Amino acid sequence: MPQKIVKSKIIFEGEIVETIGEVSTEEYERWGANENLKVVGKPVSRIDGYDKVSGSAVYTFDKILQRMVYARTLRSPLPHAKIKRIDISKALKVNGILDVITFQNTEDIDWYWNSSKLFDPHLRYQGDEIACAAAETAELAEQALKLIEVDYDELPFAVNTKKALESDPEKLTGFKKPDLFTYDRGDFSKGISESDESVEDTFTTPVVIHNPTEVHCSTVAWDGGKLTVWDSTQAIFSVRNAVADSLKININDVRVIKKYMGGGFGSKLEAGKYTVMAALLARRLGRPVKIYLDRREMNLAVGNRPDSHQTLKVWGKRDGTITAMSYKSFGAVGAYPQGAAANWPFRTMYKCPNIKVEDQNVFINAGRARAFRAPGHVQGVFALDSIIDDFAYKIGMDPIDLRLKNYAEVDQVFNVPYTSKLLKEAYSAGAQAINWDLRNKIPGSGNGVIKRGIGMASQIWWGGGGPPAHAMLKLERGGYLTVISGTQDIGTGTYTILAQVAAEILEIPMEKIEVILGDTGVGPYAPSSGGSQTIASVAPAVRDASEKMKSKLISAAAAIMEIPEDKIKYNNGEIESIEDPAKKLSIADILKELREESLLMNGSREANPDGYTTNSFGAQFADVSVDTETGKITVNKIAAAHDIGRPMNQKTLENQFHGGILQGLSYALMEERVIDESTGQVVNLNMHDYKIPTVKDVPKIEIIIVSKSDDLVNNVGAKGIGEPAIIPTAGAIANAVYNAIGVRIKSLPITPDKVLNAIYKFN
Amino acid sequence: MQMIAIEFNLNGILVKAEVNPGVRLIDFLRDEYGLTGTKEGCGIGECGACTIILDGKAVNSCLILACQIDGKEILTIEGLANSGELHRLQENFLKKGAVQCGFCTPGMIISAYSLLLLNPNPAEQEIREAIAGNLCRCTGYKQIISAIEESIVVNIEND
Repeated sequence: MPQKIVKSKIIFEGEIVETIGEVSTEEYERWGANENLKVVGKPVSRIDGYDKVSGSAVYTFDKILQRMVYARTLRSPLPHAKIKRIDISKALKVNGILDVITFQNTEDIDWYWNSSKLFDPHLRYQGDEIACAAAETAELAEQALKLIEVDYDELPFAVNTKKALESDPEKLTGFKKPDLFTYDRGDFSKGISESDESVEDTFTTPVVIHNPTEVHCSTVAWDGGKLTVWDSTQAIFSVRNAVADSLKININDVRVIKKYMGGGFGSKLEAGKYTVMAALLARRLGRPVKIYLDRREMNLAVGNRPDSHQTLKVWGKRDGTITAMSYKSFGAVGAYPQGAAANWPFRTMYKCPNIKVEDQNVFINAGRARAFRAPGHVQGVFALDSIIDDFAYKIGMDPIDLRLKNYAEVDQVFNVPYTSKLLKEAYSAGAQAINWDLRNKIPGSGNGVIKRGIGMASQIWWGGGGPPAHAMLKLERGGYLTVISGTQDIGTGTYTILAQVAAEILEIPMEKIEVILGDTGVGPYAPSSGGSQTIASVAPAVRDASEKMKSKLISAAAAIMEIPEDKIKYNNGEIESIEDPAKKLSIADILKELREESLLMNGSREANPDGYTTNSFGAQFADVSVDTETGKITVNKIAAAHDIGRPMNQKTLENQFHGGILQGLSYALMEERVIDESTGQVVNLNMHDYKIPTVKDVPKIEIIIVSKSDDLVNNVGAKGIGEPAIIPTAGAIANAVYNAIGVRIKSLPITPDKVLNAIYKFN
Repeated sequence: MQMIAIEFNLNGILVKAEVNPGVRLIDFLRDEYGLTGTKEGCGIGECGACTIILDGKAVNSCLILACQIDGKEILTIEGLANSGELHRLQENFLKKGAVQCGFCTPGMIISAYSLLLLNPNPAEQEIREAIAGNLCRCTGYKQIISAIEESIVVNIEND
């Protein structure tokens, strides 16, 4: 079987990752358009759908074990303090309490890349872990937590990013100021000298919270020295490694399982402290432990999209040619190391030979940032596409024409071509769907109290996936197929799409295919479910395994029918003699003859092609109405046109896009974590005060996929779709609001008060 | 602690139980009967994931004590399918792609079921009103509305 270990480059959530991994070197014929296919690309219903609609799907939150106890966590009520004294003796007297762990009675376990500990007496934000209690019920554990006595040395804090930037960072967290990120390209002053006009502005975006519907939770059980962890996670292998390292046990003594999960959006891409705390308690008690965060903790302690304060300047000629651009931004990573940069789209989206970038991460005394659906890009595109529109209006050019004038044919950071780029097609399809010609040629020129506007923004993301990613196939009596891989389905449809790929190649009906994912004890390694990389990484591995399984079936049929292999063809799930089609065997017949009960096959993702970079592209267009008396914005329609390679399943694709667009809409108009600067307390810790959209906020949405397949990226032609969906929505809405009222709102979320203030100041 | 004796109808079966007066209905259903299809998303009545039917009306089971259901009828998502045959709402949620991660789905289906009980032919606006208390963070709601609308048509044809 052609396999090779190669070095490969993938870009994951904005980070360039070099991997060395085993790849398949088989080259398969490309599929062409979906019209040529039987199963892939079709609106197949989810194979896990029955479990989900019937209520029988067991999520991590639903995992109940015999003798299980419950654990809850005590968190810092203060934004910055050191624990002077902690006394758990009263808590341990609660009837039904079993154990309380703190830094005083547990070993030191490194956390946040060795910058802190599992229990660190230096508390750096409201929500930092202090203690964890296990009891017969969750209520008893919570009661015990209230009886823990803690004396604090209160320390100075800053929760405002700008103020923190001006303060001594070591006084706020004890950490050094992160290095300034810089990037330069071309001859910046030459670019400026070539320009006729320029625009400059500062844009700010809020901290927003993932808030998946299923809270973060784990159920853990020891069996001797072996630990099983059911975790609500996007990354079973990361959790396995973190838990094994923390507890200093063998990685194959830890098994992490995640079957169904209620959303993550990036907040569940890394192991949580809670899982390790539960494992410690379970080991001490000799009983299984369930630990979970409540909604309040979800809003404090498991990540967020960092804020950004981006100052952009664009210089260009009157004909629309952009000659230079500068970018300066800072954003809060929270109280522990993480990234907050938002400059990737600025560096790659539009053609510009001369640019300058400075991006500063800032520590503040608030919850740490984490990857959140297209980290950096959602913030970055809002600012970039706002300033690009400003330049277009300044020189009197159609905003789409300006984007076409500065269309980047190659990736400008790596100076290599794209495996595919159909952004022009997306502009044209989206413009038609929104009636682009109906926009106000002069922003704000509409009449009446309610003003209508149209705007758009572009999207770029990675999502080509890459190795290592493996899959196993098991074909059993009756012709039943099981696909096994160590990735996980976080709700996006991975179970279904992997089954479709196997069904396409082996021509086995979907009903006869089972998919097992999310179990480190069972599946070969496959990537975490982030970066829109799952399908582009794992589906090609399933194709590889399926094609090889097909060859194996042909070889088996040759042996059984005593015909040479080259005289046999695979036809519609049956293996027949080319010369005498009456001589044929079904897969079930072959399995019966083999008496082995199962045929096994492994498959791997191929290497990424050399000399290319893979990105997805798209454009979203918004049609909005702004009530100039109340400031209320109504989004009438979003038209989303995207190049995402091959659409693998029309139904799950629609889900992803609708969901992403709605998250983008609420990022534009509703969501914001609010902290009282004088106390350091987050004031909107529930879903009443922290607004996520309800059914009443849904606009009309039209999804147009302009791509058929990306034949260079991998053997199924797919690029990821989860993150592209959210990236341009806020930018498009902001540009539509500007087009409606003629005043630019530079700060998200665009709430009615900001609209009214902007109109008032303008007039 | 003094336990309270209750009798109620759970998914069509008469049940007797002794309950701790402080136990919430959601925990009672999940922990005592293993009915984990009823989900908890917020615990304070904001997300609707724990929606069940109590005497014909959709309620948040996280806001009700178990001891309050004495003499009442409870329907959870597990009681909707009949002998393994999905209810048409469940079928249509599947068919229309109204399910993504699926965590809000039971609550969403139960709210829709309650709507159709009270109003067999709701307008789109009434559907939106009925599920306005059920938060979905994944799908964007459109397919959910289509699934409920599709269930109305079937209803009319069957009647």
